[in-house]
Amino acid sequence: MQGEGGDPLERLLAGYVLQEDVPDELLGADGLVRPVWANFVRRLASMPEGRLAERIAHGDRYLRDAGVYYRRYGQDDNAQRDWPLSHVPLLISEDEWSEISAGLAERADLLEKLAADLYGENRLVAEGHLPASLIAESPEWHRPLVGQRPRDGHFLDFIAFDIGRGPKGNWWVLCDRTQSPSGAGFALENRIATTRVYSDIFVGANVTRLSNFFRDFRDRLMGLRRGNRGRVGILTPGPLNATYYEHAYIARYLGFTLLEGDDLTVLGGQLMIRTIDGLQPISVLWRRLDSEWADPLELNEGSHLGTPGMLGAIRAGNVSMLNALGSGVLETRALMAFLPRLSELLDGRPLRMPNVATWWCGQESERAHVRANADQMVFSSAWATGLAHETGGVTPPATGLDAWIERRGAALVAQEQVQLSTAPALIDGALVPRPMTLRVFLARTENGWVAMPGGFARIGRSEDSSAIAMQQGGQVADVWVIGRKTERAGSLLRSDENFERSPPAALPSRAADNLFWLGRYVERSEHMVRVLRARHARLAESEMPDAPLPLFAARYLENLGCTSVEAVPSELVESVSAALGSAGHVADRFSVDGMLALADLTRTVREFAERVTPGDDAASAMGVLIRKLNGFSGLVHDNMYRFEGWRFLSIGRALERASTMSTCLAVFADASAPAGALDMAVEISDSVMTHHRRYTVATNRATVVDLLALDELNPRSILCQLSDIEAHLAHLPGTGQHRQMTPLTRAVLRARTDLALQLPDGIKTRDLERLGDDIAGISDQLTLAYLS
Amino acid sequence: MLYEIRMKLSYHYPVPATAGRHLLRLMPATIAGEQRLDSAHLKVKPDPVEWRESVDFFGNRTDDVALDKPHSESVFEMSARIERMVEGQRIDLSARPEELAGEITAQATLAPDAPHHFLGTSPRITLHPAMTTYGRKAARGAQSVLEIFHALGRQIHAEFKFDPEATEVDTPALEAFERREGVCQDFTHVMISCLRGMGIPAGYVSGFLRTVPPEGQARLEGADAMHAWVRAWCGARMGWVEFDPTNALEVANDHVVIAYGRDYSDIAPVKGVMRLAGGQRTSQAVDVIPLDAG
Repeated sequence: MQGEGGDPLERLLAGYVLQEDVPDELLGADGLVRPVWANFVRRLASMPEGRLAERIAHGDRYLRDAGVYYRRYGQDDNAQRDWPLSHVPLLISEDEWSEISAGLAERADLLEKLAADLYGENRLVAEGHLPASLIAESPEWHRPLVGQRPRDGHFLDFIAFDIGRGPKGNWWVLCDRTQSPSGAGFALENRIATTRVYSDIFVGANVTRLSNFFRDFRDRLMGLRRGNRGRVGILTPGPLNATYYEHAYIARYLGFTLLEGDDLTVLGGQLMIRTIDGLQPISVLWRRLDSEWADPLELNEGSHLGTPGMLGAIRAGNVSMLNALGSGVLETRALMAFLPRLSELLDGRPLRMPNVATWWCGQESERAHVRANADQMVFSSAWATGLAHETGGVTPPATGLDAWIERRGAALVAQEQVQLSTAPALIDGALVPRPMTLRVFLARTENGWVAMPGGFARIGRSEDSSAIAMQQGGQVADVWVIGRKTERAGSLLRSDENFERSPPAALPSRAADNLFWLGRYVERSEHMVRVLRARHARLAESEMPDAPLPLFAARYLENLGCTSVEAVPSELVESVSAALGSAGHVADRFSVDGMLALADLTRTVREFAERVTPGDDAASAMGVLIRKLNGFSGLVHDNMYRFEGWRFLSIGRALERASTMSTCLAVFADASAPAGALDMAVEISDSVMTHHRRYTVATNRATVVDLLALDELNPRSILCQLSDIEAHLAHLPGTGQHRQMTPLTRAVLRARTDLALQLPDGIKTRDLERLGDDIAGISDQLTLAYLS
Repeated sequence: MLYEIRMKLSYHYPVPATAGRHLLRLMPATIAGEQRLDSAHLKVKPDPVEWRESVDFFGNRTDDVALDKPHSESVFEMSARIERMVEGQRIDLSARPEELAGEITAQATLAPDAPHHFLGTSPRITLHPAMTTYGRKAARGAQSVLEIFHALGRQIHAEFKFDPEATEVDTPALEAFERREGVCQDFTHVMISCLRGMGIPAGYVSGFLRTVPPEGQARLEGADAMHAWVRAWCGARMGWVEFDPTNALEVANDHVVIAYGRDYSDIAPVKGVMRLAGGQRTSQAVDVIPLDAG
C-alpha cells in the first residue's frame, strides 16, 4: 500500500498537530492512532488522489438533492442554509459508547424525578435542597401545569445531552436538552450522506445502525394510544422554525401526522385534528414546540402557534404529550449546580457522568468561590439554557467584578471554562484537529431509556472551543459507534429505513388548504407569465410603444392585479413566492423534487425581476419561466401519489384555470377588444396548434369561445376544468358514498351544466363574467366544506 | 359590609366570531377572615357548549367556556352577594427593609402565596432601573416595608394622572410610567415593577370598588368598572398587604377581591377574546351596592 511519497498514513496526518494538554479523539497521548480509528484512517489514506473529493461531492449532492436545510436566524432574513456536514465521521468504540449511554440514562432518570417533584409535591424546595426563587423565577416552570401528572406517568420521553470530553479524557455533560431537542432527524441524514462518502469503508466497519432506535420509539408512541385508537402527531411551530425541515422529515420517516397548533382544536376535553373529514381525535403528540407557546389561554397569551384549550385536554387525560409541557425547566443552567447533590440525595450515588462544574451565585459561599476563581469562569443568566458559550452568556465588567457578582446574585451562574477535546475535520483536503461536542439522544422505550447509537457531533470551525455552534459556522459530523467484528451479523437483515405506514388518515384541513392554494398560485403565476410573454413578444415586434394590442394586454394585466410597469411585475414575484410559501407548510406531504423545482422557480423569477428589460428580453425570460412551471407541474402530476392532498392541489389548479379563463375570454373576446385580441387569447391559452387543427378557418369569436370555454377535450377549456373538479370531488369525504348532493357539488354541477348547454354564439361577455362569479362561489363553498 | 354586585361585560365583533374558547376570572373569591361569598351567578351569551369550573394555581376560580356558533356579540354577566370583613387599619408588623431579603429566602416553599412568585419579571412586568429609582425615592427614610409600600402608593397617586383615554389594555408599564398617566391597571403594574425592583414581592389584585361612597366622601376612581390594585409581601410576620394606588387607599371594606396573580395576564377577566384589526368594541357596567344600613 506504500505510495511513492512515503507512508500514506503519515502523509494524511502530516498537518494533524495537536494542541498542548488537549486530548484528541483520533490520536492518543502517545501520538499514535487510537485503535478504534485504525481501520478507518488506513483506508482513508489509501484512497487514490482525488477520489475522496469525488466521494465528498457525492455526499453533498445527496444532501442538496434531499433538500436538507436548516434556518439560520439573524443577518439576512432567516435564510435557509445548506446542511453543514463535516466530512469526517467521529468514531467511538462500542465499550465507550455503552458507558456514555449508561451514564446518561441515569441522568435521564434523575431529571425525571426532579420534574415529578417540581410539578408535584415540591419537596426538594420545602426541604431546602433547591432554592425556591430559582424555580419560581424560571420562565419554563409553568404554574398552570403544577399538580398535573402526565397521563402516562412520565415527564420525559425524548431528550438529548450535549457532552464533551475534558482534559483528563473523561466525558462531561455540558447541557441538558429536555424541552424538545432537535438533531435526531438530521443525524439520519448525516448518516446517509456520510455513508455515500465512505460507502466502501462503512460496509465492513461494524457501525451500529440508527434505525432500531427510531423503530423502538415509534412503537412506544403507537402503544401510548388508548385502545389503539386516535392518531400520533408531531406538533411543530411551523416552517419559520430553524429546524422545521427535521420536523417534516421525521413525520414522513415515522409515518406520523405533522401538525401545527392551528390544525388542532379541543372539543369536550378531547384534542381533535381539523381534517377534511371533520374533527378526528389525536391521542399522542410528540412536541417540537416549546411549552410556552402551546396554549394562548393558559400559557403565553401572545402565542399564535398554539391551541386554545390544549391544557384543558391534557388535564382531562385525553392526550399524551411528549415531552410533558413544562419539561424545559430542567434545562435551567443553574440546576447543574445542584444535580450532583440531588443525585446523592435521590439516587444515593454520585452522578455517573459529571456535568460541567457550575456555581449558582445566590449563596454567599458559592459567590466567594466564584470571586476567587473568576478568571476561569464563564458567566451566564441562572435561567439560561443550552450551551454556555452559545446562549444566555453575560460578560462581567472590566472593573468592580466582586460588586457585580454580589449585585447579580441569584440571577447569575458561573461555570468552569471547558477545554474540549478535538476530533478530525477535513479542511482544504487535509485532516486537522477541531474542538468537538457530542449530542446524544435518549428515547424512552418499552425497555427503558435507549440512546441513539451515534449520529450527531458538532465540530468547531476554528481551534476556539467557543465557536462550535452551527449558527456560528460550526459543522455537524456523523458519529459511528464501532462494534466488535463478530457481533450483529443479523442486523443487516433488518431493512434500515422502512417502517410500515398506517392506513392513510384524513388530511388535516390546513394541509388541504395549503395544497389548494399552491395549485391556485402556480396556475395564477403561469397565466400571468403567458400574458406577459404575449405582450412583450408584440412589444418587440412593434415600432410603436403604444400599439393597441400591447396596451390592451397591459390593461388586462392590471385587472389581474399587476399594476406595476416593470418587465417582470412584482405581483408575479409575489404570486410565485406565495406558491412556495404554501408548499413550505406541507413539506411533509410534498416531494422533495417538487419543493426544489419551486425554490428554483422562485429564485429565477426574483433574478429576472432584477435585470430583465421589456420586449424581446422579457418575452424570452417568460419562455424560461413557462418551461420551469411546466417542469414543476409535470413533477407534481406525474409523480404525486393520488391521495386526497393531490386532489386539493388539482382542484386548486382547475379552479384557478377556470376562473382566469372566464376573465380572459370576457376581456379578449369582447366586442371592444382590438384586432388580434382573439389570437392573443388563443396564444395565452397555449391552444394555437389545437385551434389550427380543429377549425379550418382563422380565429373568430365563435371558434375561440368554443375552444376555450366549451371544448371538454381541450385541457385549457373552462368546461374541462369544471368536469375535473367534479371528478375530484367525488373522491372526497362527504360527497362520495351515497352521492347525495351538497351545496358544493350542487354549485359545481350547476356551473358545469349551465355552460355545457350553451352554444358559442350564446355566450356573451356578461355570461362569462357571471361564470367567473359562480367559480368564485365554488371556491367559497369548498373552503366552507373542507378548509376551515 | 354586605354588597350586592352586578357586572356586565359585552364584546361586539365587527365580523362574526366563528367559535371561541374563553377563560373567565369574574367570580369574587372567598378569603378566610376577609371576604365571604354568599351567592354568585355567572351567565354567558351565547350559550356555551362546554363549561368547566376549576381553580387555578393561585387559587382563583376559573371558568372555561366554549362558544361554537358564529356570534357577533358575547356577553358575560355576573351577580353576587358578598360580605367584606376587613375592619380598621392594620398594625405595622412588617419587616425592616434590610431584613426582608433574608425573610424571603427563609420561605422554603412554592405554595401559591409564597413571596418568590412575585419577584423578578412576569409576563406583563419587566424591571427597569428608572422605575426602581422611582421606588427608592418613596422609600427614603422609611423604617419598614409597609411604610415603603404605602409611601410609594401615595407617591404614584400624587404624581400620576388618572386618564381612561391615555392607555390601552396592553400598554406596557414602562410607557405608563414614562407618561405618568393611565388607569388602575397601569398604576398597579407600575407600582408592582417599582416594588419588585427594590426586592419587595408584589402582585396584582383584580376586583371591584363600592360604587357609591359613604355619605360625605368623594366617589372613588374606577368604581364604574372592574378595578385593580397591588398587594405586597411585607415580611414573614405580616404577610400580604393590599394597597390601591389609584385612590391612595389601604384596602379594607370598600374593595371586593376577584383574583390574585403576578400581573394582569394571570387573571385577565376574559381571556381568549379575538383581537381584530378594526377592533371589537367592549362595554362594561359594574354596580357594587352596599346592603347594610349606613
